Parts: sequence; structure tokens; C-alpha cells
Amino acid sequence: MTTNATAAEMPAVAPLDAGRRDRASAMRWAVVLAIVLLLLPLAEHVPVIGVIASPFQRVVLTYGLAYGIAVLGFNLLLRYTGLLSFGHAAFFGGAAYASGLLIKYLHVTSMEIFLLAGVATGCLLAALFGFVCVRFTRFFFATLTLALSQVVWALALKYFYITNGTDGLRIPTPTLLGHFVASADVARFLSTTYYYYVVVIFFASVAVLWVIVHSPFGKALQAIRDNETRAQFVGIDVLRYRWNAFVISGAFTGLAGTLWGPLNEVVTPDALHWTFSGKIVFMAVLGGFKSFAGPVLGGVAYNYLETYVIKATVYWQALLGVILVLLVLFMPNGISGALESLGRRLRRTT
Amino acid sequence: MPLLTATGLRKYFGETHAVDDVAFRVEPKELVALIGSNGAGKTTLVNLLSGFVAPDEGTIAFEGANITKFSVHERIRAGVARSFQIVNLFDQLTALDNVRLTIFSRDGKTRAVLRLAESDGEARNEALGILREFGLEEKQATPAMDLAQGERKLLDVAVAYALRPKLILLDEPTSGVGTREKGTIMDIISRVVRELGLAAVIVEHDMDVVFTYSDRIVVMHQGKVLAEGTPEQIRAHERVATILLGHA
Amino acid sequence: MRIINMAHGSLYAFGAFVGAWLLGLAAGSSGMQPPYLIVLLPVAAVAVGLVGAVIEPLLRPLYARAEEYQLLMTFGLLLIFEDGMRFLWGPTPLTASTFWSAFGSIDILGSTYPVYNIVVIGLGLLSAVLLWTLVYRTKFGVILRATSQNRRMAEALGINVSRLYLQAFALGCLLAGLGGAIVVPIQGAVLGMGIDALVLSFVVVVIGGMGSLEGALIGAIIVGVVRTIAVQYFAELELAVLYLIGATVLILRPTGLLGKA
Repeated sequence: MTTNATAAEMPAVAPLDAGRRDRASAMRWAVVLAIVLLLLPLAEHVPVIGVIASPFQRVVLTYGLAYGIAVLGFNLLLRYTGLLSFGHAAFFGGAAYASGLLIKYLHVTSMEIFLLAGVATGCLLAALFGFVCVRFTRFFFATLTLALSQVVWALALKYFYITNGTDGLRIPTPTLLGHFVASADVARFLSTTYYYYVVVIFFASVAVLWVIVHSPFGKALQAIRDNETRAQFVGIDVLRYRWNAFVISGAFTGLAGTLWGPLNEVVTPDALHWTFSGKIVFMAVLGGFKSFAGPVLGGVAYNYLETYVIKATVYWQALLGVILVLLVLFMPNGISGALESLGRRLRRTT
Repeated sequence: MPLLTATGLRKYFGETHAVDDVAFRVEPKELVALIGSNGAGKTTLVNLLSGFVAPDEGTIAFEGANITKFSVHERIRAGVARSFQIVNLFDQLTALDNVRLTIFSRDGKTRAVLRLAESDGEARNEALGILREFGLEEKQATPAMDLAQGERKLLDVAVAYALRPKLILLDEPTSGVGTREKGTIMDIISRVVRELGLAAVIVEHDMDVVFTYSDRIVVMHQGKVLAEGTPEQIRAHERVATILLGHA
Repeated sequence: MRIINMAHGSLYAFGAFVGAWLLGLAAGSSGMQPPYLIVLLPVAAVAVGLVGAVIEPLLRPLYARAEEYQLLMTFGLLLIFEDGMRFLWGPTPLTASTFWSAFGSIDILGSTYPVYNIVVIGLGLLSAVLLWTLVYRTKFGVILRATSQNRRMAEALGINVSRLYLQAFALGCLLAGLGGAIVVPIQGAVLGMGIDALVLSFVVVVIGGMGSLEGALIGAIIVGVVRTIAVQYFAELELAVLYLIGATVLILRPTGLLGKA
């Protein structure tokens, strides 16, 4: 096959540029977002913008960021390894329960210890689940994760003398960095100091996950997703890599659960129930699981949905179900997909 | 001494003797064509050699070592790689990534979690070089699923080749492509194989391809080896002619 | 048919609710539920089958797409069903225990055993036989099996695949509903029974092996027996024990006891 020498040179440059271009644009978005989030509390008393920047809104946003981390972790399995889990509530709720138990039995108040325990819980549960589940894909994987997380839920209910059963465990505001303690005005603490804490951890998590996804390991996961057989024939230990992905996924979802605990001030078995796992799935679909940032959009968007719309009706499950069905049929790439095609259309007309 | 020796290989699927007492060998740097009618057992033999399925009986030795019980993974480490009849690629990854990922895996770099894949210049350059050899450099940024069929077949071989094997097993590398492309694909494959002194086993149906490119031909029929020899010998072989080539 | 349906358990639950509701209606003010009302159970099943026929068009665009979408869509349907049942019948369970006790009980080997439960065993076996006959001995079954293996070929032969899939799906839903309706006199209809059923049926298929009707039957029997024993000795952990068994089987024999991989 004869190729024109100059033609062969050109393409070698362009894709490298495209990769750099994408990274640059992602960085730009991230920086803009970081600046907005960091300055938000300062805008509190500004006339019009102040509404979005109010303490209440900041707390709502913090919830959304925590969910965002959880869904990013979840999406490592879905988008990048091709595994749809219906059991992530176990990691999220499990981590929150770790905090609750540390408070109940050891009177721990340090957020850093909670974070450590939460991530460890997520990792441990994911390691156990993963050991069984990664041999399977699709339907079996999905139902197995659901079943195993229901076991955790059942245990939380059964051992009510440890977990307080349906009443749940209290999670009062912790001490941040050994120094920042909430005064009597808990709301102010949560909406300012805790808010900054979460924002920083959020960006750190996003950065780490971004690197993981674009690392050789991340490529190996995608190869497994695309073609399990070929991955094997290229020398990749499919089961081991899936398991690794599972553990990392559990770690991040556990991290999110720990961050969520003090916001919610209590953790109940609801956070372990399959319906909660379903919410995580929903968030991913809503935000668009085919993109890296989609899960974050989904987490934040869902949180607003839940705060304003869903609490208005008892039949919120059905509402979620309807939206999910509609999303799958008409907007399978979620919000991020819709934004992307909008962006493409705009670029074409200009 | 032969690079690969297989003796007494048998594989049953229920009642069917897919591979029935087959002895097979490949010399270093040799290009062996494996031919036979459908159901003769060619793909099963490749599956046995590559470790996709385990034999019911028989042994396989590679470079003197007994690899019969080796897993797919271990065989790749030992130097045996394969491509697939029905193209098996990482469809959502680009052509470049397909090859680069293979290189990562080969070099044990897939454990790297906190480093960007892009930052590995060595791997990137090697991947580009391989794509160039297979004529796919222009398509490096194209997702595998968007490539033309002929390009996909070439990429499938390129991925196996990227493992730097000593023996490469190619299962119908030109199937499903037009006549003109077949020649192109085989030119590239034989050039690449000869240049690096690889040994290759090629399962093929196209007799022109087989007689033009192979050093030795092995004919299978109903799970057994019917005949083997140089292209001239096989062309002159009576039974082969009747069974396969349709003329006396 | 290669449809992955997470809402299958909910269809079973729906059948249970409809069945209990119909029995309640038939009882009227007298509260009497004589055994001949058993004919209402297939009616409940048919109702569920019709629901299935309504849902199937939603799934149709997804046959060509990645399996995740089927899982997601049917999960959405599951959510809708769960709340739908709550909306129609409220949060308190529906029972049909008068119907159950109307069958009386008999003495077997020294202990009393409810007659209805024996009826259920009989119905279960009958359904299994009928299903097997349908899939392996009728023209419909042959066409269905052929189409599930090669849809294009079937279309080329003039088979109306859309209608076939609709019928097969509705039939599957009917069977799910029938299961729920048959069981409701013993268990009652409770919110959340759909999820339990989903996971249980999953465990059944896992133990018995995917792709094998006989395996499903054997798996179901094993599950039923284990559950009963577990309830006696480890009451609260009953469900957990089952999931753990399923997980163990999966590890030891990934294709199930009788499965075809």
C-alpha cells in the first residue's frame, strides 16, 4: 500500500492536538467552575445573584456535589468497564454508617477519621461484592449487586441494637481538620466551612478519577468493556481488572457517602436500600453516562429534582420511573449528551 | 528444531470429533497455511494452539516447553498470539488506542493507575510505527468500529502483532474483503511477518492466497490432517484436489 | 427472547394484587371465598398479560441497542409499577386467606397440610408442563425459538417478528402474573414483594442454570426447600441465606447446575 509521504506526516500531528485541545478545554471548564464555587459564599448578599448563593442553596449544592462524586465512582464501572451496578447504595450508605458507628461507640468527631473509615468501608464492601460479581456481566451482574446490597440492608435492619434500625444513627457535624468546629449555628457552618471542605474534596476526586480514566489502567478497563475476549488475548486479566475497578468505584462512592452524612445529620437503612442504588443509576442516566462529567451533572441535577419536585409527591418513585423511561427512549445520552449535540449544532451554524 | 510441536491433539464437542488425533508443527520463520473445507477443524486447532480451549487429549510444546496447560495469558507471555476470523477489536477505542493498549498490556504497564496514557511517548511511537507498517496510520484517531472492513481485519492482525510474538496465528485474515484488498492485506501481513522473522499459521479459504504466500500447507479434513507439504506437492496431491479443489 | 426485564418481579406482584383484589370483590359482603373462585386466578394472569402487551412497544426500540438500556428502561418500569400498586391498593397488604382456608386441610403422614398448597404444587407442575409443551412442541414455540436465534432469517421467512415478540412478551408477563396470583392466597400481596421475587427468581435461574427450563424448575424447588428450612432456623437471615447460596453456586459453578454457557 503506497501512501503519500506528506499525507502520512500530517495526521500524526492532528490527533495529538485534538487530545491536547480536549484536555485544555476541560481544564478551562474546571477552572471556571472552581472559581464560581469558591466565590459563591461571598455573593450571598449581592442583590440578584444572592438567591443562588444563599446558605440554603449552598447546602443543596453540597448535597449535589457529594452525589456527583458517588455517581462518578459508579460510572467508572458503567461507562469505563461496562458493568451496570444496582448495589452502590451499599457503599454509600455503608460509609455513612461507618461514621455513625464511630460516633456511637467511639465518640469520634474528626471528619478525617470518618473519611478514612468511609473509604475503607466502601473498598471493603466493594472487594467482597466484586469477588463474586465480576465473573458476570449484564443482567447477572446487575441483579447480583442488587441482591448483595439488599443483604447489607437486611443486616442493618436486623442488628438494630447496633444500628438503631429504622431510626438510624445520628451524625452531628464533625470537626474539620482538627480545628473547625460548628458553633450553635450549624447551618452557617455547613453552608460555609463544610461547603468549602466538600468543594476541595470534590475537585480533588474529579482530578484523581480523570487521571485514572485516562491512564493505561483506564484504557485496559475500556478494552475489557469493548471486547472481553480480545482483552484476554492481549494479556489482560479480565477478572482482576474488573475487581480493581469495582474497589476503586466503591472507594469513591464511600467517600461520597461520608461527605453526605453530616449534611443529612442522620443515616437510616434507606441509604442502603435498592431504591437508593436506583437513584444513583438514575443520576448517571440523567446526567449522561457516556461522558466523564455527565455523572456530576446528573448528581447535581437530580438533587435539585429531589429537593423541589420529588418531595412534593408520595409517588416520587413512579415519577423517577417515568423520567427514566423517557430518558432512555428520547435522551439516552442524558443532559451532557443533549448539551453536546446542542453545542455541535451551534458550532455548525456559526 | 521446530518452534511449535503438537501431537495427538483431540477435541470433542459432544459426539463431534472437531480435532481428531492431529500432529502439527511449525518451524521458525515459517508461514504455514492451514486449509480445509468448512468444519474440517481448522479454527478449533487454532483455538487449541492459542489456549482458547483445552484439548481433551494431546500435548503442545512451544520452544521445547510443554504449554498444553498454559492459560491464554501464559501463552501470550511465551510468544503465541492470534487474530480472529470474526474481527475482535476494541470498538469504541481508536485504532491507535487498540494497538497502544496492547503494548501497555505486553509491557505490564496496565497497572499504572495514576499516570496519563498520553504521557507515554515510547508506547505512542511504537503504536504509530505499527499502524504505519499496516498502512493504518492515517486512521489512528478513528474508533475501530468506524473503520472499513479491510482496515478492521488489518487492525485485528496489528493488535496480535503488537504483542511481539514469535508465532502468530491468523484465522482467516482476508475473509469478508474484496479480491483486490485481499492481496493488499496479505502483502502487508507476509512482509511484516518475514521482516521480523515471525512464524505464522494462517487459516485460509482463498487458494490463490494460500499458494502464493505460504511456505508449507497443511490440509485438514473432518478433524484429521489429510496432507501436508509445499504448495507444489499439495497442488499435485490427488485426494486434496478432489476434496477441496473440486477437480480430479 | 433475550429480553432482560427487571420489572418481571413487579409483574408477578401485580398479578398477586389483582388476584387478591378479584377474590375480595367476588367475596363481596359475605366474605366467603369458596374454592371455585380459583378461576379468577387465570383472569388475574390475563390482566397482567395485557399489561405486558401494553409495555412491549416501549421496549421495541431497545432491541437493537445495548443491553444496559433494556436494564435501565425495565428498571424505570419497575419503579412505576411499585408506585402504581401503592396507588391502586394503598400501603396495607391485601390478603386472600379466606380463600386459602376454604380449601381445608388434610392429614399427610401425621401432620396436617393445607390442601391449597397441594393445589399450588399441582398448578406449578401443570404450568411447567404446559410451558415446556408450548416451547418445544407447538408451532408457536418452534417459531419463537428460531426467531430468538436468528431474527433476520425469521423475518426473511415472512414471520411477523414484531407481533411474535409482542405475543411472547405478553405470555411471559401472563405467567409472571399467574405465579403471583396463585401464591397470593398463601402469602398475601405486600408492597415490595416484587423485588423479593426478582431476586429470588434470579437466584433460581442462577442455581438451575440459564437457558435451561428444567434447570429453572430444579432451581425453584431447591430455593423453595432452602427457604422453608431457613425460615425455621434463621428467620431474619432467610433472605440473606438465599442470596449467599446463589452467590456460592455462582462461584463454584458459574453456569449453574444445569446451565448451558
